Amino acid sequence: MHALLRLGDDALVLAQRLGEWCGHAPALEEDIALTNIALDLIGQTQSYLSLAGSLDPDAPKTDDELAFLRSENEFKNLLLVEQTNGHFGDTIARQFLFDQYALLRAKHVAQQTYDLDAAAIATKAVKEIRYHAAHSSKWIIRLGDGTSESHSRIQKSINDLWAYTGEMFTADDVDIAGSIAGLLPDLSALKTQWDIEIDSVLAEAKLVRPQDGAMKTGGRMGIHTEALGTMLAEMQILPRTHPGASW
Amino acid sequence: MIETQEHLRKEFDAYVAADKKIEPKDWMPDAYRKTLIRQISQHAHSEIVGMLPEGKWITRAPSLQRKAILLAKVQDEAGHGLYLYSAAETLGVDRADLVADLLSGKAKYSSIFNYPSLTWADIGAIGWLVDGAAIMNQVPLCRCSYGPYARAMTRVCKEESFHQRQGYSIMMQLMKGTDAQKEMAQDALNRWWWPALMMFGPSDSESMHSSQNMKWNIKRFSNDELRQRMVDMTVPQAECIGLKMPDPDLKWNEDKGGHDFGEIDWTEFYDVIAGNGICNKERLEDRNKAHDDGEWVRDAAVAYSEKRNANT
Ligand SMILES: [Fe+2]
Ligand SMILES: [Fe+2]
Ligand SMILES: [Fe+2]
Repeated sequence: MHALLRLGDDALVLAQRLGEWCGHAPALEEDIALTNIALDLIGQTQSYLSLAGSLDPDAPKTDDELAFLRSENEFKNLLLVEQTNGHFGDTIARQFLFDQYALLRAKHVAQQTYDLDAAAIATKAVKEIRYHAAHSSKWIIRLGDGTSESHSRIQKSINDLWAYTGEMFTADDVDIAGSIAGLLPDLSALKTQWDIEIDSVLAEAKLVRPQDGAMKTGGRMGIHTEALGTMLAEMQILPRTHPGASW
Repeated sequence: MIETQEHLRKEFDAYVAADKKIEPKDWMPDAYRKTLIRQISQHAHSEIVGMLPEGKWITRAPSLQRKAILLAKVQDEAGHGLYLYSAAETLGVDRADLVADLLSGKAKYSSIFNYPSLTWADIGAIGWLVDGAAIMNQVPLCRCSYGPYARAMTRVCKEESFHQRQGYSIMMQLMKGTDAQKEMAQDALNRWWWPALMMFGPSDSESMHSSQNMKWNIKRFSNDELRQRMVDMTVPQAECIGLKMPDPDLKWNEDKGGHDFGEIDWTEFYDVIAGNGICNKERLEDRNKAHDDGEWVRDAAVAYSEKRNANT
């Protein structure tokens, strides 16, 4: 259940961030692309959270109950995905770093046989995330190898977000148990593959890979950055103000 | 020369009168071209500006399913903007110039989007009434004489009818809910009803463009005819879910087989068109900010593709 919550929360929080872009992207085509990605992520959220909720040992919960009625410290998403949108380059950098990780993770979950329901969700997600990763990589390259302004902006975006990448590969008890059971990938193997993907796109984009410094973690334990609380306050306002109402 | 023009013109008129489609390469009168560019680009702008009031509620949609539906809807609207700009481009204008006219305030877009979306029920009311009125206006355009516009509208109308049903479904769900939800729904209907009726434009006696556009098969029904249809369609839908129409003069008229309804506040109508609506300034500022903030990104994309082209 904890592993599924993580998958669902990563998707939900990132979708919520992308939803904030709506109508404000640099071009109409990007408005469409960003909403499309958000839409895929909401679909993944619904599937993962419904499955996670049905496995709750205390009382089964719906995807909406998990999304709208949990507090900040019950959310188990990566700190990376809750970071505010910033400018388009910041949003793309966040997306790129996450997509490459999410794709590798989803490929593993799709192939494992420990949880076949999760495998079915991930099989569909792999197709979607492939497109997301292609989209974000393409923009990293365009911005990196575009104008000198875009080059320095996107380099800064990647530098700024780099401290949040370590958390993706820091295995805790849930990751270790999940990996032993087979549901979750071995994070150190995942990191090796992630490095290859990231390095090849950054090289094509003429960007420099930042040094691994001190990494920020805590999301998986429910200890978040300030950005998440504000986001949830907005997202949850209607179900919280009208307890028990249907929409 | 003048005779040739005259001849072309007669041919054009006969062609249109026979309900045939004009295509981009065909000869057409300048005024026809201008009218279409104005109408199609205004329509495209409306789709784009229309994303803003609804986009505000994506982050607050009260369930995951509603969030997904709203995201899909706003994405559709962006797609409508794209097809319509492309249809306008077949008439020899450039999307960038059309957008520049929107951003400078020179071009118009539908006034309805200058009203604020204040509660979740507004998302229901917008889908039900605003997309509903748009369909009324646009279904006849699927048979309009200009081919690319007619084809764009056929695609657009299919999606608009989903939007209308989804909006109504939000209202229906609210009317099945708590007292607070019902009040929210009624309040949204009260605020959106009159502006939705204004979407059909001035009454026939005041309308400037109508008769020529009818001759050209760009318009098939008068503003008042379409408005009457909207009223007759909406009243039973409202009743069915327990909403009260905010019009004390509304009553069934057996003789005309339709509803009589109250007079629209035309002062408000012209006021919003003149730029004095609650959100006129905010909407344009929003669009301008998005455009300005995105400039470095668009420049980068152009620079990148130029480098690629130079290398191959
Ligand atoms: Fe539309
Ligand atoms: Fe429309
Ligand atoms: Fe629509």
